[in-house]
Amino acid sequence: MIFWQLLWVYLKIGVFGFGGGYAMLSLIQDDVVNNYHFISLQEFTDIVAISQMTPGPIGINSATYIGYTAVQNAGYSPLFCVFGSALTSFAVCLPSFILILIISVAFNRFKNNRFISSAFTGLRPATVGLIASAALMLMNTENFIDYKSYLLFGVAFVMVLKFKVHPILTILLAGAAGLILY
Amino acid sequence: MYWTLFLTFLRIGAFTIGGGYAMLPLIEREVVKHKWLSKEEFFDVFAVTQSLPGVFAVNISVFVGYRIRGIRGSLICALGTILPSFIIILAIALFFTQARQNSWVEKIFKGLRPAVVALIAAPCVSAIKSMKITLQMAWIPLLSAGLIWLVGVSPIWIILAAGFGGITYEYIIKRK
Repeated sequence: MIFWQLLWVYLKIGVFGFGGGYAMLSLIQDDVVNNYHFISLQEFTDIVAISQMTPGPIGINSATYIGYTAVQNAGYSPLFCVFGSALTSFAVCLPSFILILIISVAFNRFKNNRFISSAFTGLRPATVGLIASAALMLMNTENFIDYKSYLLFGVAFVMVLKFKVHPILTILLAGAAGLILY
Repeated sequence: MYWTLFLTFLRIGAFTIGGGYAMLPLIEREVVKHKWLSKEEFFDVFAVTQSLPGVFAVNISVFVGYRIRGIRGSLICALGTILPSFIIILAIALFFTQARQNSWVEKIFKGLRPAVVALIAAPCVSAIKSMKITLQMAWIPLLSAGLIWLVGVSPIWIILAAGFGGITYEYIIKRK
């Protein structure tokens, strides 16, 4: 049962996941956390953190991890969890894989297609909104437990945006700060 | 040949931290070095890949693989890109389930979580600058974010509406 749901959810994410890993987060969160309750919001945040710190694309890292955790939360043994993570990683790639095979046949016609480029005049600004909504939905009492959380958020935000500190270094420093502050 | 393709993309998948766009220069260098594609061909592929849904790094490896060795090539390149992530995450998932109850780990993650939110929020600001989103266009991201966050609209509807909106704008409103 949960395996069909995971397959369906991740195929959808693969079809509509425009605008890269961060824009995808709002799609993932909408289904995986809000609609199907596969994992909690806190687990989701932790998975995003780990996906950023480990090698590879965030889309695959998070799909693998969410597939594993969702099956585990449903009470299955680790072997089924591994199957769940393979399923979600496969499903998220399948739609664009098929699309690429189709496009490759008529590559040059697709390259300069006015129809597609005009769709992107609307899609591009909307993906910014998608990313913003992902951030806004994570700003809740599970992730922001006290005033220190807001302080950490502010410092990290300025570090990344203003001083161009590497995201991984920022996460590591925030983890170290957590050890000291809590 | 297939083995070289697989190993090359395996290396790219295993050693780039920070997601799709961080992988791009590495893929470019390898692909051009092996003379699989010319620089121009690579940028054509890159331009098309940007307008596709899904995981960017996987898409670009599928594309490159297909251009070099057809469907089998695309499967091998995709597998090479995905496999390191998959194995590393599985190892962490197995370990982290036990580590989660540890009070040290709990403290670290209490500090981490707000920073992760900041990492997601920061690209919004830089994207507004790099996409040159003007004041007249600012309602699009604001409305999208508001509808998802406050009203609970599914992001899928926002994506569909934005795509059709762009087409309507270019074909009907601009033409008048």
